[in-house]
Amino acid sequence: MTTLPDKTEKSLGLAIDLDTCVGCHACVVSCKEWNTGAYGAPLADTDPYGADPSGAFLNRVHTFEVKQPDQPAQVTHFPKSCLHCKDAPCVTVCPTGASYKRVEDGIVLVNESDCIGCGLCAWACPYGAREMDPVEKVMKKCTLCVDRIYNDNIPEEDRVPSCVRTCPAGARHFGDFDDPTSDIFKLVEKRGGIDLMPEQGTRPVNKYLPPRPKADTTPQVDVLGPLLDVSTQDAGGFFGWLDRALDKI
Amino acid sequence: MHPAPSIILFTALSGLGFGLMIFLGIDPPSKGGWVMAVFSAMALTLACVGLLASTLHLGHPERAIKAFSQWRSSWLSREGVVAVATLGVFGAYAGLIVVFGVTVPILGGLAAAFALVTVLCTAMIYAQLKTVPRWNQPLTPVLFVLFALAGGALLAGKVSLSLWLTAFLAAAQVLAWVQGDRAFAASGTTLETATGLGALGKARLLEAPHTGKNYLLKEMVFVIGRKHSTKLRVIALVLLAILPLALGLVFEVKHMLAAVIVLSHIAGLLVARWLFFAEAEHVVGLYYGKR
Repeated sequence: MTTLPDKTEKSLGLAIDLDTCVGCHACVVSCKEWNTGAYGAPLADTDPYGADPSGAFLNRVHTFEVKQPDQPAQVTHFPKSCLHCKDAPCVTVCPTGASYKRVEDGIVLVNESDCIGCGLCAWACPYGAREMDPVEKVMKKCTLCVDRIYNDNIPEEDRVPSCVRTCPAGARHFGDFDDPTSDIFKLVEKRGGIDLMPEQGTRPVNKYLPPRPKADTTPQVDVLGPLLDVSTQDAGGFFGWLDRALDKI
Repeated sequence: MHPAPSIILFTALSGLGFGLMIFLGIDPPSKGGWVMAVFSAMALTLACVGLLASTLHLGHPERAIKAFSQWRSSWLSREGVVAVATLGVFGAYAGLIVVFGVTVPILGGLAAAFALVTVLCTAMIYAQLKTVPRWNQPLTPVLFVLFALAGGALLAGKVSLSLWLTAFLAAAQVLAWVQGDRAFAASGTTLETATGLGALGKARLLEAPHTGKNYLLKEMVFVIGRKHSTKLRVIALVLLAILPLALGLVFEVKHMLAAVIVLSHIAGLLVARWLFFAEAEHVVGLYYGKR
């Protein structure tokens, strides 16, 4: 049913630390890998080894530069995937009931056998979180690795979304945002986690932790410079004599 | 937004068909069954061709029946349900007139009301989208309804009424363009709110997430419409309103001239509808430094 639940029992989601992300795209690759072999139809590509490759991804990393007028520019890597919104506009526009938000954990999913591939949900999402599969012609989106997080057949430490498990910088955190005792709740509280496009009224579950302010942005005095200058002080032998003789001219 | 021909044909033709049904439902032609048969066939054909065109852009048209289920929340689903109901009620009403010569005004009124609601639902599919600020305004449904009424009246042969409606339509269209041009800025969505980095300064895209195209860019970033926007607006306005109004007011409208006016109006409608999609900007483009 594409009407949204009044309340979900949990609000599972991600906190993404923009201060820590190094922009390595490992989460993009691991997401693609897991979701090509797991839930639903494979995440397809067209012309993957040709001149014009294109394909569906559920997670992509943009890189932005932010600048104050007279300050040095600051670079921020920005991973973006479905934010599992509380007021998900993609769900309510769906004509078939294929898109839904789960009452038990708040995950927004697509039932691919009901999807007619009309694309209206992708139009309704302000974040670009949904992409049409170019081969299967159904809408694909982040499942929060619903087939990992409850999966008893894999080791316990792997029962988190693939992107979180793989991030070498520890920039991605997974948990229940409704539980005030959870690590993720405390982390978001402490770091002042923010919503993307709050004016769109989507109430996203996923939060972004803003980059920490730079401690010191005043221009640095180069203390090592003089020490690294070319020195001929200890030169001996013929070339040492030549050096001293040429200095005297 | 990418102006898909299937969607443009769907909204334009079904709008004309349902617009014609509104007038046939309220005031059926008095000359008898055959005339009604021709007009009804035209209305039903336009509506059905439009609705069928809409299924062309679906990834899985064979599952289209499922789209009738979510009328509680989805304008697209509502549109489907009401459109089919309209076709049924209007078909019964027109059939009674054509076959038995019996006019049931209540049935006709109901068909007209359903047809009007269908057009409103079509408009709301687009007007509901906060992500496309140009569409997300009350003028969008007003415009769709005026398009249906002006076109419907013209097809129904109610020339002087149609000319009045065309004048209103032209005014609403110009207003919608003017408001639409300001809508993106007025929505308050910027790259700074999209990334949450506004507190740190002015943001710009340094590196895109991928070198090639993707679904989002193909579907939601389209620049040709905006590049030629002014020219296309003038063309649309001339074909849609100025030429029909000039011809209608200067000459006495007989069959040949009516055909010219109808064709001009439809051509204008198609240009205006192409532009409706082609110049609309989706907020997701901000993440790509494109719009």
